[in-house]
Amino acid sequence: MKKHSVLPGFGLTFGITLAYLGLIVLLPLSLLILNTASMSFGDFLKAVTSKQVLLSYRLSFGASFLAALINAVFGFLVAWTLVRYKFPGKRFVDAIVDMPFAMPTAVSGIALTAICAKNGWVGSLLEPFGIKIAYAQPGVLVALIFIGLPFVIRTLQPTLEDIDKEVEEAAASLGATKFQTFWYVIMPSVLPALITGFTLAFARALGEYGSVVFISGNLPMKTEITPLLIVMKLEQYDYAGATAIAVVMLAASFVLMFFINLSQWYARRMSNG
Amino acid sequence: MSIEVKNITKRFGKFTALKNVNLKVPDGELVALLGPSGSGKTTLLRIIAGLEEFEPNQNADILFQGKSVVGNKIAERKVGFVFQHYALFRHLKVLDNIAFGLRVRRGKNRLSRTEIRNRVLELIHLIQLDGLENRYPDQLSGGQRQRVALARALAIEPKFLLLDEPFGALDARVRQNLRRWLRRLHDEIKLTSVFVTHDQEEALELADRVIVMNEGQIEQDGTPAEVFHHPKNAFVMDFLGSVNLFHGRVVSGQVVFDQPPEGKQTQFFVRPHEIELLPDNRDGAGFPATVRRVQLAGSIAKIELTDRNNKEIFVEMSHEKYLLYQFDVTDTVFVVPKKTVVFEEDYSI
Amino acid sequence: MRNVSINWKDRIIPVIFIIISVLFLTLFLVLPLAAVFMEAFRKGVESYCASFKDPYAWSSIRLTLLTAAIAVPMNVVFGIVAAWCIAKFEFWGKNVLITLIDLPFAVSPVIAGLIFVLAFGRQTTLGGWLIDHDIKIIFAVPGIVLATVFVTFPFVARELIPLMQEQGTLEEEAAVSLGANGWDIFWKITLPNIKWGLLYGVILCNARAMGEFGAVSVVSGHIRGETNTMPLYIETLHNGYDAVGAFSVATLLAALALVTLIAKAIVEWKVKRERMIDNS
Repeated sequence: MKKHSVLPGFGLTFGITLAYLGLIVLLPLSLLILNTASMSFGDFLKAVTSKQVLLSYRLSFGASFLAALINAVFGFLVAWTLVRYKFPGKRFVDAIVDMPFAMPTAVSGIALTAICAKNGWVGSLLEPFGIKIAYAQPGVLVALIFIGLPFVIRTLQPTLEDIDKEVEEAAASLGATKFQTFWYVIMPSVLPALITGFTLAFARALGEYGSVVFISGNLPMKTEITPLLIVMKLEQYDYAGATAIAVVMLAASFVLMFFINLSQWYARRMSNG
Repeated sequence: MSIEVKNITKRFGKFTALKNVNLKVPDGELVALLGPSGSGKTTLLRIIAGLEEFEPNQNADILFQGKSVVGNKIAERKVGFVFQHYALFRHLKVLDNIAFGLRVRRGKNRLSRTEIRNRVLELIHLIQLDGLENRYPDQLSGGQRQRVALARALAIEPKFLLLDEPFGALDARVRQNLRRWLRRLHDEIKLTSVFVTHDQEEALELADRVIVMNEGQIEQDGTPAEVFHHPKNAFVMDFLGSVNLFHGRVVSGQVVFDQPPEGKQTQFFVRPHEIELLPDNRDGAGFPATVRRVQLAGSIAKIELTDRNNKEIFVEMSHEKYLLYQFDVTDTVFVVPKKTVVFEEDYSI
Repeated sequence: MRNVSINWKDRIIPVIFIIISVLFLTLFLVLPLAAVFMEAFRKGVESYCASFKDPYAWSSIRLTLLTAAIAVPMNVVFGIVAAWCIAKFEFWGKNVLITLIDLPFAVSPVIAGLIFVLAFGRQTTLGGWLIDHDIKIIFAVPGIVLATVFVTFPFVARELIPLMQEQGTLEEEAAVSLGANGWDIFWKITLPNIKWGLLYGVILCNARAMGEFGAVSVVSGHIRGETNTMPLYIETLHNGYDAVGAFSVATLLAALALVTLIAKAIVEWKVKRERMIDNS
């Protein structure tokens, strides 16, 4: 079970860790499964496949995927810029990347809404072209890009820093062009980190609630995200319905988490065998 | 193919890494760039390869077989460069690592798949790694990785080979074997090669020519025997092996070692094996010292002494000679330098 | 001539990258931050200050501080204990344990709130019993604290585990060989080594505890003056079309976020410097 160590405190710390973890996290989470198990399969299926719920899946999964994709592209660009180039204000730019982690979601929600509304800084620029962001589906996308932005950058940065300058020089000395070096040497070694970052951003976007509900306007069947439906069911005291949807969301999260662990395991295997 | 370096200067900020260096590497030779760290040897190698730029100067030039390559990018120079830490591509198998340079080739020089495969397998055979072509770099030992790096550099059929501290990251025994293997390989393929090292033994044993560098300048350029037996200055003498420094005067053609030193002093350099130890001062040419440690393991006897000023003296002699007197710790003996070397400028070690 | 064109290309790509990066980050990060302060002061300093005269504003600030004051210390203690256990010992199932500790990150905040409603809500046996004995958890402060503890559960542990793993056990083992007990080892050897990482973990945990919206929203019941934390109060004001009020309270949380970012920059700088000193 445990390898010998001269350090004290294993039993105590292991015990406390397990007890606290069990009490705060595992026990409450297991109630979710327990509650679902008490539903009949037919009721469960009906709860998770009603038209309103299906439309919310489409919006939640679609917007989250798109937001993660946009973050993967721009995140790669930003991470590359921060690792490779020197420019004035770089430390400030690097520090501000973490803002979506630090900013409460309700604050980002109302701030993004204010910017994207008809009379906001960005919204007023797009209004003449008939493009609506706030209180429409693009608003959901904007909020999800904001919330997932740091994930790709922060997972890529250490990997890009780790790339040995010698390896690039080696590729050049063997006759590779800059593009070939990038595509055949750099890309394969950062791909696992890029996938991890993308998946983290995707998973985070999928569960996001606070920043989205302000900007989306929560128009029935149009801009309702799945977490919002859980809240709405709870407000109607439909505990079974809320639980059923929550289980579907949780299952999706677990699949993504498994995927993240897999890509990290692959990255570790690549880096040290 | 010969390499010629003319009037090359390189600065990193305020630090001058190379000061007007001139150098010629004849065709087919294996040349060592030897020097302490910070002497500019790696910078020089990287400038030859085209990995580093030098300070623009109308007299500065780099010529391959008499033709200037200034302005050519590294890819166009066709040099085989072996990096200090090998810089193998971690995500590629041995086979794909070696094939890399051939696969990124575009245009009419591009080889077919089978041609590439045959060339690579030939190289794997040359580096004696048959059967390991499908391993990843992290499944290889240090010595094996080194050989893959070499094969990868050779695959593009370079005009010559540049190696940066090729044995630096290996342990002593592997280093010995690989050194001999590299020498045999060089004799076989006759490719002009330059390698950088800070290990004088490695340079003397492996190279046809040794170029000793210090503080961005070339101190001496010659065969191993030349630089070892006829060092041009105190730095070269000191760097190529242990050396004792004595102070003395020349009185009517005879060296006198004052203890303690008096008057105008001259510095004399003496290698440890050029010193004789005697139980008495029979010729009057020696000075007294105390034996501090006797080390008899190994092919020669090594004796450490201190003189009256507590200055350390190192002496090496054959075991037969040692058995003659069998000095022991705390014995007082007389030190007689047999062959002294004097240089113009002052030097301290 | 050809040389010149190579230099030109080499120089233009970084410039393009830097411009795109800065534009992207400005659009998505700087603009929202600026908007918070602009909107708060849109009608002048006076109406900004007036927003804080409302007693409900003060009660929401008090509740937020109280929640953080309970949740953060709990998770700090847990984080240190868990990190010690995971980083200093080798045992079977360690990776599973790490994954389980990360679990709250993978769960939507709404679901985090939901599970406590399922545990303590009126509709459950336990909830019914609690209400009969006049103990309120859901739609009351204990529920808010529980949901916050759940959501901020991994922050400190997450920050400390890699740090302590990197430090290894050599120094602690040396201390044992010199006769130190567990308590001494922790205070005199381990803590000084991890203090900056711990500080950042605490700040991050605190920022999330004070800013949590989704989970708290589900368990709070939005009772003004009683169960409205600052983020919930912002929502209430926003929904009531009191933009200045909402953004005024938001400036406090935005300032907290800025402090968090600055703290992170300082901690990273300190760690880097200590490492440089260690290496030299």
